[in-house]
Amino acid sequence: MNRPLKRSNAPIFWGLFGAGGMLAALLGPMLIFITGIAVPLGLLLPRSAMNYAAMLAFARHPLGKGFIFIVIALFLWHAAHRLFHSLHDIGIHGGTLAKLLTYGLAAAGTVIAAGALLATGF
Amino acid sequence: MTEQIIRMEVMRYRPEQDEAPWLQSFDVPYSDDMSVLQGLNYIKDELDESLSFRWSCRMAICGSCGMMVDGVPKLACKTFLRDYPGTVRVEALHHFPIERDLVVVLDDFMEKLERIQPYIIPRQEQALSEGEYLQTPTQLERYAQFSSCINCLLCYAACPQYGLDSSFLGPGAIALLHRYNMDSRDGASEQRMELVAAEEGVFHCTAVGYCSEVCPKHVDPANAVNLNKTRAAGDYFLRFAKPKGRCQ
Amino acid sequence: MNKRRPYVRPMEGWWRKNPYFIEYMVHEGTALFVAAYALVLLIGVVRLAQGEAAWKAWLTALQSPLSVFAHLILLLAIGYHSYTWFKIMPRTLPPLSLGGKRVPGGAITATGLIAVALASLALLALAWRIST
Repeated sequence: MNRPLKRSNAPIFWGLFGAGGMLAALLGPMLIFITGIAVPLGLLLPRSAMNYAAMLAFARHPLGKGFIFIVIALFLWHAAHRLFHSLHDIGIHGGTLAKLLTYGLAAAGTVIAAGALLATGF
Repeated sequence: MTEQIIRMEVMRYRPEQDEAPWLQSFDVPYSDDMSVLQGLNYIKDELDESLSFRWSCRMAICGSCGMMVDGVPKLACKTFLRDYPGTVRVEALHHFPIERDLVVVLDDFMEKLERIQPYIIPRQEQALSEGEYLQTPTQLERYAQFSSCINCLLCYAACPQYGLDSSFLGPGAIALLHRYNMDSRDGASEQRMELVAAEEGVFHCTAVGYCSEVCPKHVDPANAVNLNKTRAAGDYFLRFAKPKGRCQ
Repeated sequence: MNKRRPYVRPMEGWWRKNPYFIEYMVHEGTALFVAAYALVLLIGVVRLAQGEAAWKAWLTALQSPLSVFAHLILLLAIGYHSYTWFKIMPRTLPPLSLGGKRVPGGAITATGLIAVALASLALLALAWRIST
């Protein structure tokens, strides 16, 4: 431990992990229920709730666009950070491949989400 | 009190003859009021005088007799044989190198303890004539819990992150660091931040929380570590906004 | 000659040896399901950007029994994430006091779970209002 101390860059990734974890804890279960169960089955909500026009309008509204982007990006960064540590826990220690498979995929997903949301127009 | 027999499986490691640690079984007569430590002392006095283990106070304050009892970090003096009907397995504390039998190497922790500057560094040195450094009960309350630490290292044996990478400062040292940071008489939290925010610092922790579960003195090291993650993150993002150096 | 030969034990399989650690690995594992759901949404957004036909195909895929079943699993896993997230919260928050008394950990966890319930209701109400 007598090496010179190097400041950790973890706060960036830990911050994204925490924000995503909080969002997933608060909204995750209901989001899954709405998009994956209720609307597909027409349970509580009409099957038409996610029709093209309505969803396009939602994705074009600045608040809707922001909401979709934040949910996808933060969920991905939350999962990436946790899985990176889980890999370490099971004996796969922080190599380039581990970083690519976790943070790398989260970054790629974030870029794709941003691109798709830009493509839906305003 | 009727005497019963318990089988104690005790970890042995004699570096001059054993390749690796192994378990030796002893049948130990015990009564309801006997601790695991008393069981070990019985073995040493009556069955095998070569057994090595650390102990001193027999009353959970010296922090010497930490060991794994049935796989759980415990103080041997505060753990009773009656709670382990039949057999009990006693091993050296996890995550530390074994010196001999139940004795582990403490050098790493001692070094870490020194690095956190575990003493009050006054904000402003006060002359003796000015009297004591006063503190209100509310100010005491902020750190009292963390000052109960007896350095028994059960929290390190409970921390997989320390086991996986012992460069981690670890729960106990961070709880003590926090104890001094939280003390109204201390002014050195900025100095200690370098260590907290370093790669060896708080961000090794993945909030397993087992350290706080096993603490025999009801300290909450997991809380100290996680509060310092927030502090270190604040320092990380706001360090450029803060003025450098000290006002004269 | 120095007879010291400190023995370092391996860490292999540490998480299987204590129920506390097994639970830890399970709640860390919920991250896989969070990632999976993010991927579902990501595909949805890409399909939306590709136009009406693509979007409808995605909606149809969501209606398949397999998809609904998969979402039930996701719901369970992320529900467990919510629960464990707030269960750890007392260890991550600074000590809180109310009227001079320390707020117990259980109350912090309960408050978090109530927040989940309220946020869920608000989200459902919002979805209901938009769709009707």
